[in-house]
Amino acid sequence: MTGRRLPEGGTWIDRSRPIGFAFDGRELTGFEGDTLSSALLANGIDVVCRSPILGRPRGIVSAGVEESSGFVEISLPWFDPIVAATMVDLVDGLVVTGRPGVGVLPADRPPTKPSMHRHAHVEVLVIGSGDGWLPAVEEAAAHGDRVLVVEREPRLAASGEGVTVLTNATALGLYDDGYAVVHERGPERDTLWHVRAGRVILATGAHERPIAFADDDRPGVMLAGAVRTYLERFGVLPGGRVVVFTTNASTDGLPDLLRQAGGEVAAVADVREGWAVAGTESDPHVEAVHLVGPEGERRTVDSDLVAVSGGWNPAAQLSRAIGGGLRYDEALATYVPDGAGPDWLEIVGTAAGLDLSPSAPYWYTPADDLSTHFVDLQRDQTVQDVLDAVEGGLRSVEHVKRATYIGTAIDQGRTSGVLAAEIVNAALGWELGAQGPTNARPPYVPVPFSVLAGMDRGPALLDPKRITPIHASHVESGAVFENVGQWLRPRYFPEEAEDLDAAVERECLAVRNAAGALDASTLGKIEVVGPDAAVFLDRMYTNRMSNLAAGSIRYGFMLGLDGMVLDDGVAMRLAEDRYLVTTTTGGAAAVLDRFEEWLQTEWPELRVSCTSVTEQWAVVAVGGPGARYVVAKIGTDVDLSAETFPWMTWREGTVSGVPCRVCRVSFHGELSYELHVSSWHGRHVWDAVVATGAVPYGTEAMHVLRAEKGYVIVGQETDGTVTPDDLGMGWIVNPSKGDFVGKRSLVRADTLREDRKQLVALLPHDRSALPVEGSQLVGSAELPEPPVPMLGHVTSSYRSPILDRTFALAMLKDGRAMRGDTVWAASHGNTIACEVTDPVVYDPEDSRRDG
Amino acid sequence: MTADARARSPLAARAADLATIGAELVPFLAQVDLRVDPTHAGIAPYPLPLEPNTAWHDDHYAALWLGPDEWLILGPADAAGEIVAALETAFADVDRSVVDVSANRVAIALTSEDRLDLLSHVCPLDLDPRVWSAGRCAQTMLGRAQAILLERAGTTPVLVRPSFADYVVDLLLAVRGATSGVGA
Repeated sequence: MTGRRLPEGGTWIDRSRPIGFAFDGRELTGFEGDTLSSALLANGIDVVCRSPILGRPRGIVSAGVEESSGFVEISLPWFDPIVAATMVDLVDGLVVTGRPGVGVLPADRPPTKPSMHRHAHVEVLVIGSGDGWLPAVEEAAAHGDRVLVVEREPRLAASGEGVTVLTNATALGLYDDGYAVVHERGPERDTLWHVRAGRVILATGAHERPIAFADDDRPGVMLAGAVRTYLERFGVLPGGRVVVFTTNASTDGLPDLLRQAGGEVAAVADVREGWAVAGTESDPHVEAVHLVGPEGERRTVDSDLVAVSGGWNPAAQLSRAIGGGLRYDEALATYVPDGAGPDWLEIVGTAAGLDLSPSAPYWYTPADDLSTHFVDLQRDQTVQDVLDAVEGGLRSVEHVKRATYIGTAIDQGRTSGVLAAEIVNAALGWELGAQGPTNARPPYVPVPFSVLAGMDRGPALLDPKRITPIHASHVESGAVFENVGQWLRPRYFPEEAEDLDAAVERECLAVRNAAGALDASTLGKIEVVGPDAAVFLDRMYTNRMSNLAAGSIRYGFMLGLDGMVLDDGVAMRLAEDRYLVTTTTGGAAAVLDRFEEWLQTEWPELRVSCTSVTEQWAVVAVGGPGARYVVAKIGTDVDLSAETFPWMTWREGTVSGVPCRVCRVSFHGELSYELHVSSWHGRHVWDAVVATGAVPYGTEAMHVLRAEKGYVIVGQETDGTVTPDDLGMGWIVNPSKGDFVGKRSLVRADTLREDRKQLVALLPHDRSALPVEGSQLVGSAELPEPPVPMLGHVTSSYRSPILDRTFALAMLKDGRAMRGDTVWAASHGNTIACEVTDPVVYDPEDSRRDG
Repeated sequence: MTADARARSPLAARAADLATIGAELVPFLAQVDLRVDPTHAGIAPYPLPLEPNTAWHDDHYAALWLGPDEWLILGPADAAGEIVAALETAFADVDRSVVDVSANRVAIALTSEDRLDLLSHVCPLDLDPRVWSAGRCAQTMLGRAQAILLERAGTTPVLVRPSFADYVVDLLLAVRGATSGVGA
């Protein structure tokens, strides 16, 4: 093939604006308006890449989205691992390399093109500018409708009030209710459009179908329509001496067009007259073409370009993915939309099978050797491969697809699908159209993950990091943070060169011996209001909340329908008809949803409303023997004495000059005041508390402190299979109060089993040995041959600074009966001997909580 | 602005970024969540809109329809207590829930000409003027954060949770950076 640019012509290119680019290390020039494929052809580049399996040279076969042969990697200006050369607009500084049908992601993360998302709402979305698009646009615009036209190619003009045209844009998929996702390729930035349309009109046109013959993959074999496109749009004559191989009238004008452009027509092999192309010769590009006639006569002609048209397939892939079907059309020898599909979708023009040239049903030129009759170029699969699959017993095209991978490449079988189906039908002796091509699924064309990500990348935007009102203070303190759900929470507050262990030890001892401060603002908080608030909470929690006095607090469990612990928290009774309940940090949204679900679907008669107030309140938890001193020091009008302000009550007043609900709850067993203040005042109160000398502590110390007291964390000790009784907290279930969610499951035989896993603490015999969280518990120091009997698992494991030893919490089969026994925590080939004890390893008498 | 020197508004440190976006902070906006049967709307101290996703407002107060029995009452800084009292008094004889949620969301007002274009990159709602006009409100998502939008003449107040507020500002900044020059 001696591709060349004609001295004039080319409606899309601007010859006054040359553009430099590099292909496989060669500096080349094209014009503005060129695609990479037209520029390569203009430069006489025959071979774009090698085929992925057989390594055969491959050139350009199409001018569009159906390309199955010429693929490149883009390295500049932006990285793209693999893309069809026909889909790349020529831009200055473009650097590409031929790439076999499989892309490669380099390790050094080259920059991807910036991208963002955008939402659009229109009455009418028109996809493509195939036949019938313009009347649809004009009609909609005349109604005053908003119209969006999406066109893959770089130029399309449409005007009118409310009409917007996106060029260089491809609809990737259609979804329920007129939702379409569109990828717009901009010069500097890509946009992923989310379009909601009242009506969608598919004007996607039709794709030309090839015919299989010997060495039909050789550079110089091209779809006839593409030859015309390169000539008319780009002023490029892809070959000087052309053989036209056709089954239909769409090629009728091509020979004249080629001659006018200075080309020669070596032969026209028209299937309808009994002529066909049998094969091609030479390496790498076509130099001779073998023809076969109606009587089997053979001719060979000198030629450097075979322009092939095996008929046209309506491009109805987008409709098939949303329920549209296909039917075989004998006259067109292809599959056309069958009219099924959603009522908001209309297919017009050639995409609907209208106005296409009738075609002879001809799929490949018969031959003894079919092993180079390529059907799917990008998968290197031939007619022989299809026949082998059928010979092997496969009948469904879906199975043949899985066996050969035909249709699974980037082009999703746009050129190969009908061929493969009809070769299978014929091989089985079935009639034409007995089964059609395999389905195509979104995305219609490959889309880089970076485009799907849009702006959701980088540390700030990948996923929101929720911060508390006190966050800035923690940052100033040099806190080390951890993710808790979406929240960023201080894990520990290192002083100078402290590591995690040293900081946690200091923070724990501060709470045990003096006073510490924890930012507990992330606790979920829900205000439950209404005359039936008490009844409602009695049904949602295992214990009775209705007999709680205003000013009191109760800890509660919430169960799933299966009786398993789902969430925990405390309920503060604010008034006769008003509670504030707290949830776990990660459970806030799920618990509110659950409240609403039960209120709306099961108990609509209850007069209760639930309002999320998680972020209304900042919570500063002051704990330790010095907690009373700290709160008094920052100033309060609340009487803090244990006699008038006992454990599990709350008082309203002011603290450090701001309104506050002071709560006597503790997650570590020491005297504790949780200060609930407006989140606007969170920073003020935190700073005041810390200024007294209270030691800021993070989630890591919080974990140690609560574990020393045997306080569970839902989601750490529990995993959805744990009942309150398993946790040794059967007391929290009040079966006499009436029904509550999960109650009936607590009397199932399995729930009542004596030997369920139960919460225990483990004290390693070696006071410094730290079991690994998640370790399995076994009954011997030496592991027997598998299967090893598993007795339970370690859920939490820490070094306790106050006990000066390690300890762990674990779920152990029949654990309460095993107190005093030894079990071994097994991990990484080692076992650690541990004594089984009651889960509370520190201050089991609760002697410290009043200070 | 509240007189309380101990209070800090979320986003108080982001004034320059907000200006870049074309937005300004509305600190300490009073916000009260009201749940009441809509048949009692007539005895409310403020006109409660009954058409979904619409809002009433005067110079000082606003009432946003959030659901069939839920409204958000907005007022000037420090007015939450007064709004709560007015609602509790008006609905004293019927079931209702009145909760001060002033600090539960922070408000920024988008004021730039192209603010709805800006939002179209991060918000799935139809914000075309033929659908979204002054007097409309909605609960929606900005990127991955929940938000309440309110449309007024020349300004679009946006209410988000304080924990998400910096994320929302970062997101709008990124959009502003990517689209600067577009639509200007």
